[in-house]
Amino acid sequence: MKPAPFAYKKTRSLEEAVALLGEHSGKSLDARLLAGGQSLIATLNMRLSAPSLLIDINGIAGLDGIANKGGTVEIGALVRHAQAERSETIARHAPLIARAMPHIGHAAIRNRGTLGGSIAFADPAAELPACLMALDGEVDATGPKGKRTIKAGDFFKGLFETALGPQDVLTAIRVPAATAETRVGFAELARRHGDYAIIGLAASARADGKGLADVRLSFFGVGSTPVCARKAEAALSGGAIDDKRLAAAIAALDLDPHDDVQATAALKKHLAGVLLRRVAKQLLEART
Amino acid sequence: MSDLALDISLTVNGEAVHERVEPRKTLVDFLREDLSLTGSHVGCEHGVCGACTVRVNGEIVRGCLMLAVQCDGVKVETIEGLSDSGEVADLQTAFEQRNALQCGYCTPGMIAAAQDLLLQPQLRGGVPSRDKIREHLSGNYCRCTGYHAIVDAVESVAQARAGGKQ
Repeated sequence: MKPAPFAYKKTRSLEEAVALLGEHSGKSLDARLLAGGQSLIATLNMRLSAPSLLIDINGIAGLDGIANKGGTVEIGALVRHAQAERSETIARHAPLIARAMPHIGHAAIRNRGTLGGSIAFADPAAELPACLMALDGEVDATGPKGKRTIKAGDFFKGLFETALGPQDVLTAIRVPAATAETRVGFAELARRHGDYAIIGLAASARADGKGLADVRLSFFGVGSTPVCARKAEAALSGGAIDDKRLAAAIAALDLDPHDDVQATAALKKHLAGVLLRRVAKQLLEART
Repeated sequence: MSDLALDISLTVNGEAVHERVEPRKTLVDFLREDLSLTGSHVGCEHGVCGACTVRVNGEIVRGCLMLAVQCDGVKVETIEGLSDSGEVADLQTAFEQRNALQCGYCTPGMIAAAQDLLLQPQLRGGVPSRDKIREHLSGNYCRCTGYHAIVDAVESVAQARAGGKQ
């Protein structure tokens, strides 16, 4: 199908983007921000959304940086997946994001899609929202009242629903920089490489003697937002990770997925255990 | 044309193009309908099939997931340009010789994606593994030949281009 008609405005400043969103939010008006467009334009083509105005933010300077700022990795909203995939800073200081990157879409999609767009869209089967939760990261947003920071745990509200208001522009995401003790793991199952996952798991932890501490297990594709499996996290923390501890963690997986077009809830629950086994192995690998 | 239309100037296959386009027109529809460059194909129109793959500023993109109005000032290369310049001549020959196409609908996108892989700097002129080839072409659907012959064709070109290095 073809998109319904809309107006297009390329903006060069954050202030203008916020102002345009304000002018075009109302009963019959609906403005959307256009970043990478890899989800938005697909929904326009399918007429799942029909905004009156697209505000192209690709020309706003200063939103495409990647930097380690005193122990925190800051990634601009307009950083493209391909750019993050090639980034030395992300490989060294945000290894979970580096691991997730090749699973996101296909090369042609990663050349356009942005990290900010993926977080703001909040697809429940997407990799990056789960990574942000696993890393206990945060996002910066600018709105009519200025800039504010939102913790990942407060950001994902529901199915494609976030803490962003109608006039907010997400400008950056931040995650703690990895230390020598940081351990990360990532795995997903998809029918075709690059498709949205049937289920996936992004995890982080801190090496603590022979075991792990501060384990965070963030599943995606199992609910309306990324889901942290708190009981399994607790079961995996503490002593050495042996078969018994791993079996206990799998038994403690408190997930409540629904059937979807890809898999039944029962299959997803089974696959959650399979992924936890794979990711636990990665969490035990020392950083290279 | 409605009052929403905007003027764009870009380079397509080395030629300067100035057109007035509706914001809702995707890049691939613009190439096909306004410029009669029908080598880029329209398949799923939501980024899944890869039939519309073209190069924008040297990087492959989905022609259905970019708007023509976003292409003001960019450099677009389609299969017509890649073909006329001879850049993908060896891939085209290998696809033919190894029966890597039947209906040909996916072929322009496949060739563009394959060439993108073979140009990756990480390869350093080496030969990618068959797994790597499959992964890089995973965003391009073929619904008749199947992928074996396509991987064979890309692998043989990679080997030939690497010459004596392997």
